[in-house]
Amino acid sequence: MLYDVIIVGAGVSGCAIARELSRYRLNICVLEKEEDVCCGTTKANSAIVHAGFDAATGSMMAKLNVRGNEMMDQIAADLDVPFRRNGALVVCTDPDELGGLQELYDRGIANGLRADSMEILNREEALAIEPNLADDVVGAFYAKTSGIICPFLLNIAMAENANVNGVDFFFNTEVEKIEAENTAPGGERIWKIRTCNGEYRTRYIVNAAGVYADVFHNMVSSRKIHITPRRGSYCLLDRTAGNHVSHTVFAQPGKMGKGVLVTPTIHGNLLIGPNAQDIENKEGTNTTADSLNEIIEKAARNVKNIPMRQVITSFAGLRAHENGHDFIIGEVEDAPHFIDCAGIESPGLSSSPAIGEYVRKLLEEKMKPERKENWVGTRRGILNPDSLSFEERNELIRKNPAYGRIICRCESVTEGEILDAIRRPLGARSLDGVKRRTRAGMGRCQAGFCSPRTMEILHRELGLPYEKITKSGGDSRLVIGRTKEHSGEEE
Amino acid sequence: METNEMMSYDIVIVGGGPAGLAAAIAARKSGTERILILERDKELGGILNQCIHNGFGLHTFKEELTGPEYADRFIQQVYEMGIEYRLDTMVMDISADKVVTAMNRSDGMFRIRAGAVILAMGCRERPRGALNIPGYRPAGIYSAGTAQRLVNIEGYMPGREVVILGSGDIGLIMARRMTLEGATVKVVAELMPYSGGLKRNIVQCLDDFDIPLKLSHTVVDIEGKDRVKAVTIARVGKDMKPIPGTEERYTCDTLLLSTGLIPENELSAGCGVEMNPVTKGPFVNEIMETNIPGVFACGNVLHVHDLVDYVSEEAGKAGEAAARYVQSGCTEASRERAPIRLTATGGVRYTVPSTIHTDRMDDLLTVRFRVGAVYRQAYVSVYFDDERVQHQKKKIMAPGEMEQIILQKKKLLEKPDLHTITIKIEEDDASDAIKSSSDGKAISSANETSGAADGAAHRQTM
Repeated sequence: MLYDVIIVGAGVSGCAIARELSRYRLNICVLEKEEDVCCGTTKANSAIVHAGFDAATGSMMAKLNVRGNEMMDQIAADLDVPFRRNGALVVCTDPDELGGLQELYDRGIANGLRADSMEILNREEALAIEPNLADDVVGAFYAKTSGIICPFLLNIAMAENANVNGVDFFFNTEVEKIEAENTAPGGERIWKIRTCNGEYRTRYIVNAAGVYADVFHNMVSSRKIHITPRRGSYCLLDRTAGNHVSHTVFAQPGKMGKGVLVTPTIHGNLLIGPNAQDIENKEGTNTTADSLNEIIEKAARNVKNIPMRQVITSFAGLRAHENGHDFIIGEVEDAPHFIDCAGIESPGLSSSPAIGEYVRKLLEEKMKPERKENWVGTRRGILNPDSLSFEERNELIRKNPAYGRIICRCESVTEGEILDAIRRPLGARSLDGVKRRTRAGMGRCQAGFCSPRTMEILHRELGLPYEKITKSGGDSRLVIGRTKEHSGEEE
Repeated sequence: METNEMMSYDIVIVGGGPAGLAAAIAARKSGTERILILERDKELGGILNQCIHNGFGLHTFKEELTGPEYADRFIQQVYEMGIEYRLDTMVMDISADKVVTAMNRSDGMFRIRAGAVILAMGCRERPRGALNIPGYRPAGIYSAGTAQRLVNIEGYMPGREVVILGSGDIGLIMARRMTLEGATVKVVAELMPYSGGLKRNIVQCLDDFDIPLKLSHTVVDIEGKDRVKAVTIARVGKDMKPIPGTEERYTCDTLLLSTGLIPENELSAGCGVEMNPVTKGPFVNEIMETNIPGVFACGNVLHVHDLVDYVSEEAGKAGEAAARYVQSGCTEASRERAPIRLTATGGVRYTVPSTIHTDRMDDLLTVRFRVGAVYRQAYVSVYFDDERVQHQKKKIMAPGEMEQIILQKKKLLEKPDLHTITIKIEEDDASDAIKSSSDGKAISSANETSGAADGAAHRQTM
């Protein structure tokens, strides 16, 4: 089969593009090397929708961040993704640096933010809205349009919506080689993509491969790019610490990024991080003692009394940092019909709706595709029974008793939600897949209680033997076989 | 079910493990009829059901039982007494006025008005994240209790080559269990300079199988993107920080954590019960009553125990007290004077109870506590205000061993102006106290981060 567009990578950029392109009568597929969407950079970041004052004026980052922020309310509503504008404070702890706050304001104006969406606060004003700021804080820049979102659910929702509108997704499908088919001069250009699961052919490629985007770009272009995995580590704190700050509190920016932040998450936890460490390994998502110590120490400079004993997990993510420090989005000059979407580091999540829109418009112009009449732009998320009244909840359990059985006690997730996560389009296939969709296992006991129970549901629903149930696909098997008592028995 | 057709029970017990069962039986024996146990699992017995090793019940039944056998002794009494219980039922909320909201598949969500509530939810294991262990986050990292469930209840093996962090009793028990199932347990690393487990378990679960126990060691790296491939441990210094150059790498596919237990008190906190930051359980008085009259707590939700026998004993007391409370018309018992406060200091981390109303106490009252370090040939001293009234020499005391003293009611009544009873550890010059640091503060903060002391407390209840 010849596809019109193949998107490499099912992160938030790839899925935003897939969803936008699903408006047209095009054959589209997404190739993803992992077992699920949202397994790379999108999985581990600050989960912030940035206001757009930070990026250099005139850069792609600035334009798409501001546009993405504007679009987020609508897309979150359409796709049933939790999103809240909690506002951000960039705090200054050095009286000599107070002028830097004005620079942020001025850059915000230059980037197109509304003047009334930003404010410079003195210490007292900042403390009035954020009482736990550190004693050294002398002032703050307040960006009211900054928000918090669930990156998993945004990514998953975009993918599901693209899928119901006809986009194919192929998981566990790692791209190994991309080359142009030999065509007669003037003939149509066709790309051949060799993967671990066979060959795919397509007219257009969108390279949304995160930290691997340079690898694929460099396969087709003589103008090389270089992406450095820039690792950032985080600590996630229990919900009991979630109210420690109500705004996203940033340090004043430095040259390695926006610095360590302290923020509530959309689900009510507290998140601190990231640091920035350039590494070579594109799979190097391990934390180190030094990096965890670094973020804890830096977070404490801006916010006091962070209850670090409430940490429930720590993790690291890789930003896809391109040497030029800007998004590279567009057709590769010496590789027609190969569209880069590379260097998508922060504010990539914030920009994702705009990245989707931008690439759609670009391909619309080139391909002149026909619009679908029956495109569905909305999607319903997994029902959260906590949002129901007592009576509604009982009605739900009467209709479907699975909603009466709690599987994850920390996050109050029912079997009904987990079944929905598995059965819906592009459903969960692993413990982490269930976790990202329902939060089962994401709470304070970190799946100690629910993992055997979720495994049992995956076993039953997917018909998988226990030995094949994984944490996150691949070789991440959770058990290796039966105990002696049971060995030799049939399933 | 509408609010206006709310069920009502004299006593609602949250949790059908050893604490909940003993509380229910005692309450019934004290004459209260309308008792309901709410249990979230599919059978009564709680964590005992997965503790298939023996060693339970020596105090209570004077014989050595397995966990399920110990639980069954209580479950049978519950059946015989016709005490009501609901299984697969999760309590979602307890309000300050004792309305319990619960949910299951067949009844949906329902509310129960309770005369008294007994909190018996048990505890949970400290996860990897709470320790901030660096490295990758692959499959194959389990808390020891989760692995115990997989092996003993579900019948599956988590892995073949195992490293264990933490020498709490569940970790030790699982070292033996995994070995008997054909796995190789390569090492048990313990952050503290002493094991958190019972000496007996170290001998029977580690020494007998030639499994090395490395004290003052912790995990500094976990390798493996998909599944655990190797774990690196290192020696820690007095500051509990890893010492560079002491790293040892073990190839393995599994890392088990036995690093501490945390009372499961989200429901308690939700209804306004005051918490002790040391135990992570409620403050209770001499009858196991929290600051909310008619709300009682017992078992590992109150403080993590070594011995299930003590859980049963304390729970029995809570059950009797709850029965008295509802029989007296759910009013606060008369309190002739302000309660006496118990203060834990000088090496004593906490006491249960933390207050005593002398008019309500039994003739003899057991006060349980834990110490914050290993003490040899030291004294447990009890002060009535400034006067030392007990000074008892102990051969050895360790964080993993719950200690106790007995107070006599008549002695307390002799002191009508008594405000504070202080329990502390006193060492004479010759005493040989092994502590990880001479600075008491460092020890307690180390305990806090490692949870080793809590972890030790698991012993036979799990």
